[in-house]
Amino acid sequence: MDFTIDPAIHDFRRMVRSFIQENLPEEMRRRGERDFDSKESDVRGWMRILNARGWATPNWPEACGGVNWSPLQKFVFQQELRRARAPVLDRVGTDLIGPVLCEFGTDAQRARFLPRIQNGEDWWGQGFSEPDAGSDLASLKTRADLVGDAYVVNGQKIWTTCAQYAQWIFALVRTDFSAKPQKGISFLLIDATSPGVTRRPIESIDGGFTLNEVFFDNVEVPIENLVGEAGKGWDYAKFLLTHERTSSAEAPHTQRDIEQLKLLASNAIKGGRPLLEDPVFRSKVAALEIDVIALEWAVLRILHADPDDPSLNSVASILKMRGNVQRQIVAELAAEALGDYGIAMFLDPDDPDVRAEDHLAPPLEGEAVGVSARAIFRRATSIYGGAAEVQRNIIAKQILGL
Amino acid sequence: MDFNHTGEQAALADSVRRFCDDNIDLASHRRDGRSPSDTRLWRQIADLGWLGAGLSEEEGGFGGGPVESAIIAEAFGRSLAVEPYVSSAVLSVRTLLASGGSAASLIESIVSGERTVALACCEPEGRGDPSHVSARAERKGGGYRLSGRKSLVLGGANADFHLVSARTSGDVRDDDGVTLFRIERAHPGLRRQDYRLVDRRMACDLWLDDLEVGADAVVGEPDQASGAIREGVDHGIAAICADSLGAMDRALWITRDYLKTRKQFGQTLSSFQALQHRMADMLVELELSRSMLYAALAALALGADKRSRGVSAAKAVIGKAGIFIGQQAIQLHGGIGMTEEYAVGHYYKRLLANASLFGSIDAHIERYAALSGGEPASVLF
Repeated sequence: MDFTIDPAIHDFRRMVRSFIQENLPEEMRRRGERDFDSKESDVRGWMRILNARGWATPNWPEACGGVNWSPLQKFVFQQELRRARAPVLDRVGTDLIGPVLCEFGTDAQRARFLPRIQNGEDWWGQGFSEPDAGSDLASLKTRADLVGDAYVVNGQKIWTTCAQYAQWIFALVRTDFSAKPQKGISFLLIDATSPGVTRRPIESIDGGFTLNEVFFDNVEVPIENLVGEAGKGWDYAKFLLTHERTSSAEAPHTQRDIEQLKLLASNAIKGGRPLLEDPVFRSKVAALEIDVIALEWAVLRILHADPDDPSLNSVASILKMRGNVQRQIVAELAAEALGDYGIAMFLDPDDPDVRAEDHLAPPLEGEAVGVSARAIFRRATSIYGGAAEVQRNIIAKQILGL
Repeated sequence: MDFNHTGEQAALADSVRRFCDDNIDLASHRRDGRSPSDTRLWRQIADLGWLGAGLSEEEGGFGGGPVESAIIAEAFGRSLAVEPYVSSAVLSVRTLLASGGSAASLIESIVSGERTVALACCEPEGRGDPSHVSARAERKGGGYRLSGRKSLVLGGANADFHLVSARTSGDVRDDDGVTLFRIERAHPGLRRQDYRLVDRRMACDLWLDDLEVGADAVVGEPDQASGAIREGVDHGIAAICADSLGAMDRALWITRDYLKTRKQFGQTLSSFQALQHRMADMLVELELSRSMLYAALAALALGADKRSRGVSAAKAVIGKAGIFIGQQAIQLHGGIGMTEEYAVGHYYKRLLANASLFGSIDAHIERYAALSGGEPASVLF
């Protein structure tokens, strides 16, 4: 064991920081301060800028366009992106489908899809959940029947994040109805603009429109868009859900949120002094900070472990569970720091789906904008990507052997 | 950065663990607590070189550091050992090393196991914070006259000598003006009251009744001991955190095994989801605590404020997690967990004591906040 930090990491951080400072457009940074879901054009634009530098997808295998950085460097890179309020990239493309195609895709699929993800041209939607298949994903019913050289897809997906902006959707579909539930599932890449695909945004309780329903009505998908082998989709989905073992912890994003929280709490005044000097509030902030340090080091442990160690898959559940709770607490504390305005709604003025009459807003500026809506939406963090209770099941079964 | 044990560290961990398995059991732990430190066992521990395993060769040890100390402390926590390893070989030795000057000459006899030492740096009103020093040392002739009281001296009941902090100038919480004195166990004017902690480790309070010492009793520089004590205590806290890790880990797996054997309603307890989920929550706490221990060990190499900040963060996280795991281990066992002859209750008490030693969870959250200022929420940066 050796916990000394190579001082070169500080040079690396400075190098990344100055690149971001010089290249992140001020408008994007300003919108990033509000931390609503990043504007589509910002995400695509920022991806292009990063890609020109070769940094769009550092976590991918190098052969697929990753960067030869140490695990710590990759983590620091994420911290710096969040710290600078850069647009949050389309994780579905960079962290979910990208690694799956690197691992299981054909050469043709890799050549066709990966560069377009890196350059912000293609957004992807994740077609896993269905109305009757949430935590019990293996009971999904969307079917794909092979007719000649194409699958014909029928069914419905739900909670598809940002499907309205997606060029492509990757979906789990049932291709074999006679096999056991997990065995009859295949992994398909579906052109979101195909005839028969209907997308419908779902308004969430924060007033946002990131969630969608997607309907498939006799949608033809060429057989070359099948990933890997038919019937093995469940394995690829499991790879996808556990491959990014550390990113679901979102420690850099919470660290950025804590910075913002401290800013809000130093500007807010309670009884004649900054709220951050109030012993009770300060103690709550410090307790959260400390918990995030523990998570940060859990992430560092995983990043430095042998990536082929299968026991790490279940450790992802630990990181996700705790990371999700921290994301909720930091957002709740930020709303609390705003005092009266913590319960005032502030919708995203850039969201094209928000109705005009909903653009009423309390008199807030800068980092305070949108804090209450964000705290409300963060209830989703312990549901998406496998609810906390499902993660507990995984830990109990795979680590504790219960 | 490397999270894996080196070959030597793995061998050390393995041999300390085997030694504890062979020599320490619950029955020995429950012996009369007046002399818990088995001198035969202590001799063996010293002969195996473990009292110097956490020190570099320049420091008078065998080429190790805080990682090695943590390995030993974790194994001792896992087996509920009551030997004064942390108090003598970590807290006191690290304070001596940080004191500089001739203080280091005392280390040889401690590492060899010939003498044990305890650090008497706390007072009742400080509640575990060694920066609160009201005991006074006034110059008298060529030496000093000490008066006041020190509390909860870990390992103090059986120590051959004490390192006692007293104020030679300044006010109760001033950084300057604290001096460290070496005082022999039988020194006239040193009154001792021994007691057991909830987990059967021994401690004592000391009264300094106009106790007179020569100038040669001063350890390090007069008036300048605060920094060394803080450094020694930070090292000690990291070792206590490691001790807790061992106890938490063991308590969790004992409980897991129990759930797999105990039957109620015609099925093993392990089949009930409410209990599975509780255990999953315990495992999350354990893994984050282990991560936090590594953060603390990394912090020990940093400058004073960053070091204390990282150590306080670990003390808070591990203290809270330890109490949670200990309490849930009892709860999931049911009645048997409440019995003196079963192990989990003892692990709980160990964890409870560790969480409180050298400052409560709240006190360490507060120290972290006071030291963090505008710094980001990170140990490294």
